[in-house]
Amino acid sequence: MLDSRDQEAPARAFLKLSAVRKTYPGVVALAGFDMLVGPGEVIGLVGENGAGKSTLMKILGGVTVPDSGTIEIDGAPYAGLSVGGSMKAGIAFVHQELNLFDNLDVAANVYIGREPRRGGVLNLVDEKQMRADVLPYLKRLGANFAPNTPVAKLSLAQQQMVEIAKALSVNARLVILDEPTSSLPLAETDKLLEVIAGLKAEGIAVIFISHRLHEIERASDRVLVLRDGVLVGELKKAEIDHDRMVKLMIGRDLKVAYAAPKLDKGEVVLAARGIRTAAYPTRDVGLELHAGEILGLAGLVGSGRTELARVLFGVDPLYAGTVTLNGEPVTLRNASDAVARGIFLVPEDRKGEGILLDLPISENISLPDLDAYARSGLVSPALERVQAERSRSELGIKAPTVMTRTGSLSGGNQQKVVLAKWLAMRPKVLIFDEPTRGIDVGAKAEIYRLMRGLADAGVAVLMISSDMEEVIGVSDRIAVMHEGRISGLLGRAEFSEENVLRLAVGKPLAKAG
Amino acid sequence: MNKKDLGLLALIVVVGFVVYLRNPAFLGPQNLANTANLIGLFGLFAIGQGFVIITGGIELSAGSMIALLGVLFVDLVGAKGVPWPIAFAIVMVLGLALGLAHGLLITKLKMQPFVVTLCGLLIYRGVARGYTADATAGFPFGSEYPGLDFFVARIGGIPVSVYVLAVVAVIAWFTLHRSVFGRYLFAIGKNEEAARFSGIRTDVVVTSAYVICAGLTALAAIFFAMYTRSVQPSSQGNFYELYAIAAAVLGGFSLRGGEGSIVGVILGTILLQELQNLVNLLGIPSSLNFAVMGGVILIGVLVDQQWGVFRARRRIAEAARSSEEFSPKPGE
Ligand SMILES: Nc1ncnc2c1ncn2[C@@H]1O[C@H](COP(=O)(O)OP(=O)(O)OP(=O)(O)O)[C@@H](O)[C@H]1O
Ligand SMILES: [Mg+2]
Repeated sequence: MLDSRDQEAPARAFLKLSAVRKTYPGVVALAGFDMLVGPGEVIGLVGENGAGKSTLMKILGGVTVPDSGTIEIDGAPYAGLSVGGSMKAGIAFVHQELNLFDNLDVAANVYIGREPRRGGVLNLVDEKQMRADVLPYLKRLGANFAPNTPVAKLSLAQQQMVEIAKALSVNARLVILDEPTSSLPLAETDKLLEVIAGLKAEGIAVIFISHRLHEIERASDRVLVLRDGVLVGELKKAEIDHDRMVKLMIGRDLKVAYAAPKLDKGEVVLAARGIRTAAYPTRDVGLELHAGEILGLAGLVGSGRTELARVLFGVDPLYAGTVTLNGEPVTLRNASDAVARGIFLVPEDRKGEGILLDLPISENISLPDLDAYARSGLVSPALERVQAERSRSELGIKAPTVMTRTGSLSGGNQQKVVLAKWLAMRPKVLIFDEPTRGIDVGAKAEIYRLMRGLADAGVAVLMISSDMEEVIGVSDRIAVMHEGRISGLLGRAEFSEENVLRLAVGKPLAKAG
Repeated sequence: MNKKDLGLLALIVVVGFVVYLRNPAFLGPQNLANTANLIGLFGLFAIGQGFVIITGGIELSAGSMIALLGVLFVDLVGAKGVPWPIAFAIVMVLGLALGLAHGLLITKLKMQPFVVTLCGLLIYRGVARGYTADATAGFPFGSEYPGLDFFVARIGGIPVSVYVLAVVAVIAWFTLHRSVFGRYLFAIGKNEEAARFSGIRTDVVVTSAYVICAGLTALAAIFFAMYTRSVQPSSQGNFYELYAIAAAVLGGFSLRGGEGSIVGVILGTILLQELQNLVNLLGIPSSLNFAVMGGVILIGVLVDQQWGVFRARRRIAEAARSSEEFSPKPGE
């Protein structure tokens, strides 16, 4: 264990944590943590799911109060911060889970809690001022929407930008980004890294949490590694590299081995032809999915990938086109039609569509297939628990017990519960929409292994992913979408970052030289 | 005004026109003034209800409050001889205090709004009846209260309650739709936890909503007491909370919180009163009163929701048929 004396002391540190400890029932989330933050430094914070990263940031954001330890800001010690106190100290916090008000517009969200006022008895909001104030932040992020756009109309990536604009707008000295890129693909991610560099140039410190270690490598001045609530290592600029971080995070070496398929791909299981979705009603999209293959589906945000997946899962209406399963045309009127035929979707929006946060892990896993856990009409908690225990050890879900409320798990572990729910049901076709969003390296490797295992057992896997490394590493073929259409299909030999990107922005492939 | 409000307004006009054709008395000055007065009275506390519903809460005790505070007001002025401005102040303060109590029980002791206000509904009704031993509270025969006539007066043929509603509505509109406080109400209704994390003092804001609601209800209680002249504690204000909730729902409020508008709740109130009036004027047995109201609310909300869904579907389906191109089938 390291403490602040061993840390490379940043010049003029304005924030100092010492021996900060936080426990939840059954979990030590942070076991005595020390940290110094100086102006203009970018600190990468990495660790496995449940290591305590978000907990640490919530303490800095004033959302939770530590059990013990002190937080020193400009030399003044505090036992804990309030949200207001944290803001006043210049700490801006972008929460891991998006927390926007979708009944308000962009500007209102950015300035919520501190709106410019016109005063008077009624204390009216100065809407004009607010919209004008928010513009430069949106510009800086390269956002393509106006301040008065209702948040409900924005995509996930755009909502992420609103969150970041909010952090920028508080005149922060320290901006905390908790997995800001987990829903930002490709181009937007680059933009964010530029923004971080910009902040740094202005002397603003950034704490950057991500499971995409390449981004950490690119952005950070130093990296802190957390394991089980303990600081297990610090890497200086020159020492930061992927394998070192992984080793510190999980305590051993790990090569993410992308397994090759065991068999040649089999028959076409699922074929979609001439599909038109609500997002692109005038464009036809189609694809063929073979038994035993993993088909990667790449593309920019808004290219219509999620909409296609939702149509194939029966939750969105099919406006035109046909879907055939094993050669037979099928009509998917709702999700239960799809589930009955063995087509499952692991959705992108975990909180909204993936799991019920208030239920225990075991009940989330059994939910789609309750009949299988029932004895003469009554659900048997014992059977649920047996399956949940099996899933927990298979996927390495980190939780005190399988009866733990799913909402109290760390983000990555929640995602594993979503996967567990479908894996317990022997799928024929499995569609993953961003399967490893917010998942740590160890668990990612585990999920890739599981996916490959499923494919080898004959399951047809469709994987929507914005993580370039993942698309190229995991897929057997890659289909790239651009504005509602498949702009190209790549076989293994043609896999390259450049090819995927060209197709994603609608350019033809460079002629092989 | 948004599309929803315009739809509601159109419905009000159409229904009014049909009623007028069947019975021209509908637009007679006497009937109009009467209906307008009722709209003024019901609108006052329906706006209050709106403030509470925006936060995702509900206020079920409004009707009982109207009975209790009405009984008290009449008793203070009529039997106890308290000067009416003082009685007015006492009743208003008491009303605000009840709202404060509801708000504190909900925010500090984390009780559910439905439970707190349901208990209020039972308690206030019981206390009102106990207070007069179930007797009707009234003013002594032949007594005159010149100042009090203000509450039932008409200025330029329009009842005072309508003017009061207009003033309250304008203030409420600015408060809900343009002020910092209103912004916080919407935020809390959508996601209370995120609102707290944004540094909003959610306890204070939510409690204030209940206080505002109770204050407007107390004001309405006095108007109702003066309108009925005597207050029968077992029946005064019965089901009135449901009129208010119904008006809000018709006006586009979501009972989950975070959605609604002042214009909407007022239009909702107008439609409900118009329906009551319709039952009277068209000779429908008044026992069917609630059935008519319930039916219209059900259909209104249903049509409103389904219409949007239907239109979106049709638009997309049309686009899909209009076949811009056929992209090649993906092959190998
Ligand atoms: N509100 C809570 N109630 C109970 N346990 C909690 C709560 N919040 C966090 N925990 C637990 O504390 C531990 C640390 O969680 P934390 O969210 O800090 O992890 P993390 O490092 O951010 O993980 P991830 O990479 O998955 O986001 C986890 O075991 C988690 O289950
Ligand atoms: Mg986290």
